[in-house]
Amino acid sequence: MSTATADHHDHDDHHGPAPGLMRWVYTTNHKDIGTLYLLFALVMFFIGGGMALIIRAELFQPGLQIVDPLFFNSMTTMHALVMIFGVVMPAFVGLANWMIPMMIGGPDMALPRLNNWSFWIMPFAFAVLLSTLFMEGGGPAGGWTLYAPLSLQGGDNLAFVIFAIHFMGISSVMGSINIVATIFNMRAPGMTLMKMPLFVWTWLITAYLLIAVIPVLAGAVTMLLTDRYFDTSFFSAAGGGDPVMFQHIFWFFGHPEVYILILPAFGIISSIIPTFARKPLFGYASMVYATASIAFLSFIVWAHHMFTVGMPLAGEMFFMFATMMISVPTGVKVFNWIATMWRGSMTFETPMLFAIGFLVMFTIGGLSGLMLAITPADIQYHDTYFVVAHFHYVLVPGAIYSIMAATYYWIPKWTGNMYDEKWGKIHFWVSTVFLNVLFFPMHFVGLAGMPRRIPDYSMQFADWNAVATIGAFGFGFSQLIFVYVVYKCIKGGEKATTEVWEGADGLEWTVPSPAPYHTFETPPAIR
Amino acid sequence: MSIVLRWLVTAYALLFCSLSLAAIGDINMPVGVTPISKEVYGLHMMIFWICCVIGVLVFAVMFYSMFKHRKSKGAKAADFHESTVVEIIWTAVPLVILIAMAIPAAKTLIAMEDTSDADVTIKVTGYQWKWHYEYLDSEISFFSSLDADHNAARQVGSGIDVSQFDNYLKEVDNELVLPVGKKIRFLHTASDVIHSWWVPALAVKKDAIPGFINENWALIEEPGVYRGKCAELCGRDHGFMPIVVRAVPEEEYEQWVAEMSPAPMVAETSEDSAPAAADGDAEREWALAELMEKGESVYNTSCAACHQANGQGLPGAFPAIAGSPVATGPVDAHINVIYAGVSGTAMAAFANQLSDSDMAAVITYQRNAFGNTVGDLVQPSAIKALR
Ligand code: HEC
Ligand SMILES: [Cu+2]
Repeated sequence: MSTATADHHDHDDHHGPAPGLMRWVYTTNHKDIGTLYLLFALVMFFIGGGMALIIRAELFQPGLQIVDPLFFNSMTTMHALVMIFGVVMPAFVGLANWMIPMMIGGPDMALPRLNNWSFWIMPFAFAVLLSTLFMEGGGPAGGWTLYAPLSLQGGDNLAFVIFAIHFMGISSVMGSINIVATIFNMRAPGMTLMKMPLFVWTWLITAYLLIAVIPVLAGAVTMLLTDRYFDTSFFSAAGGGDPVMFQHIFWFFGHPEVYILILPAFGIISSIIPTFARKPLFGYASMVYATASIAFLSFIVWAHHMFTVGMPLAGEMFFMFATMMISVPTGVKVFNWIATMWRGSMTFETPMLFAIGFLVMFTIGGLSGLMLAITPADIQYHDTYFVVAHFHYVLVPGAIYSIMAATYYWIPKWTGNMYDEKWGKIHFWVSTVFLNVLFFPMHFVGLAGMPRRIPDYSMQFADWNAVATIGAFGFGFSQLIFVYVVYKCIKGGEKATTEVWEGADGLEWTVPSPAPYHTFETPPAIR
Repeated sequence: MSIVLRWLVTAYALLFCSLSLAAIGDINMPVGVTPISKEVYGLHMMIFWICCVIGVLVFAVMFYSMFKHRKSKGAKAADFHESTVVEIIWTAVPLVILIAMAIPAAKTLIAMEDTSDADVTIKVTGYQWKWHYEYLDSEISFFSSLDADHNAARQVGSGIDVSQFDNYLKEVDNELVLPVGKKIRFLHTASDVIHSWWVPALAVKKDAIPGFINENWALIEEPGVYRGKCAELCGRDHGFMPIVVRAVPEEEYEQWVAEMSPAPMVAETSEDSAPAAADGDAEREWALAELMEKGESVYNTSCAACHQANGQGLPGAFPAIAGSPVATGPVDAHINVIYAGVSGTAMAAFANQLSDSDMAAVITYQRNAFGNTVGDLVQPSAIKALR
């Protein structure tokens, strides 16, 4: 990896960014757009987090103290929609924008104008979505899964929500097409597919998942729309339809969606652990195959979200076995990461701490996922706080921690400055402690019988709910440390070297820090 | 640095201690009182311990590595990055564990789905937000909703201390009485949106889906009171539609059935379990004051969840009754809204949920309360004539 340093100053015809705010509106530069996506996700993280705090505040004690149950329901609904579509997905797209061209030695994304458009749809879509909270009748309150017929009952917010979902979908599909096009067309000569960093691989597979399932979601919500406003009866038994069909269609989208939220995280962790273990990734090829098999399996397990709807026995069996199978490739990944650490020469800077936090807590979430796969037991776990605990363990210390890890890992390359290591570590430890205080007790109350999506509960659940709420506020406010560290790093700090990390390996570490506005206009030589 | 790591280890050691705490007490799944619930509990504990063992092994290797293979201890990085043998082993071993888990799980599942040869059949219908039980072998049927005291206490800002209730939010007006030692088959359906009837001690959870009927069964082995909840989000008061099952010995059950059966049951409000038709309320003339009084209580149990106790509704979701063009307009249209519901909305048809006098009373009440002053009154006989 030698001649990689971009000699961008030779190209007088290429300018830096346009001055002023319009730079961000007109930009087609992958780095600018990556930054926009990441900042957008950060803002939405606090909006979605605020909703979570309203939920937890109401649940601090038994009895209804603060909000009306209907508003509570719209908080749980919106919290999920915002966190999934407004935080995790855009953050991953932002990271893809920043890193994929640099990792494969390409000058930019393949379709830069499309790129600009896919970002700018997002603030618009979310403005529409969030505006429903201020409408008469409030926001959507039927759960983020929008199950018919409940979702058809509310006010006219449904039309706006569906409109917003369509736009988010268009943005995601355009972003995915762009990523696929970039990976297939913009690789530097010699960057064969099996040489690509795993982050690129996982995103390639994720992009295909998105292209496959977003239209399915679009179809499902469109059928809701026509049921609500044009007298069709797709999901109404009275008119010959079937409410359960909605769930099948929804989860045919929804299950691959949960892998959309975690595969890029696998890629990030696969970049970070080798760097700080100073040792190449163990089992690169099996990592790629494991990712591909997870993606394949994700299409044939959807009904494990529906074990209580009354499926035929054969169906329940099939979905149980298929779901259990997912733990094999997932296990392979975890073992490979540990084998990468094994006999390495490890240091524990903030990105590594977050990666290890991911590894440990994602594994806990994966194990509770295995428990959930066992149908007879799942029937008891289903729709309880045990499930809430499970998916928050895979999404918060999973997806969110990977995004934090990625930020700490690559921010010196983005800004040219080192972040504040001390505060980064404090951020990790405070977050991790509170996170477990927040989510771990949910396993207990769930097993003991507390259903999810309820604003009030029986006395027997009071203690652990109070604990969880304390954890929630602690976790929520400790994210301000993250904002502080990022802000400080943008403003200044110790200058970062080209390599940044001692053990860093990959093309992105061959360009100067901060990465120039245009990189790899002449493709690097791949060793 | 090593201090930091020691923290990490203690934190997770603590976590795992609490995890094994999960094997006891109110922080674990109840063992339950049916053969199936016991099997499910056994499965649950089996996977739980398997997961614990896997977790401990994985984390032990990981933390060992983090202690030993650190740069500050002078560890030099090795250079291996694959090993076909190891990779095959850690693909194959989990597969074997999975198969070992799948076999008992499949057996339990088959037993769970076998609803044949039931002694007693109960049809359970979910309504927003109460349950309706119908004993198909006898003529008994009734609604069951959250106990009125609990309902008052759970209102936002009610000022009532909820910790005074032993079974806060788990008490109903009419319990579902079932015999022990009999195979009971449940038929689940719903009238409006999807609900899910869940009683943990019976290991029964099945979605109640409008237009479809699901089956499930339980054989209760010990007399007792078993409490459950609606498990599928079903709208505003999803958290407030509990289930109480009272399992009694067979003779007691027969006696209860005999007591409940003689008077032909008219669909009854959730207010009291005594057969309502007995008072011949549809035949006689009612006075305004009488209708208003009954109407208020019907309104509070059946309508206030949506239209609010003060009649103001929730704008955009549930219309206000105060000043409503329907409640202050022609009486026939008003009756029709309540009798037949408004299809495609949350406004259900109450014809099968309320008795003639209840419906007459609540309509009269709506026309003359919350500042509405229509002045007319609806007689139960007028509702009876519609049926
Ligand atoms: C599950 C929530 C819910 C419950 C419970 C409920 N309603 Fe309604 N009600 C509605 C909704 C929603 C509408 C609006 C229907 C429409 O769009 O026309 C409505 C409309 C009405 C209207 C017409 C108001 C107007 O101005 O259009 C009347 C009268 C009414 N309900 C009476 C009752 C009575 C009496 C009860 C109790 C026996 C009751 N409702 C219980 C949800 C509910
Ligand atoms: Cu319900």
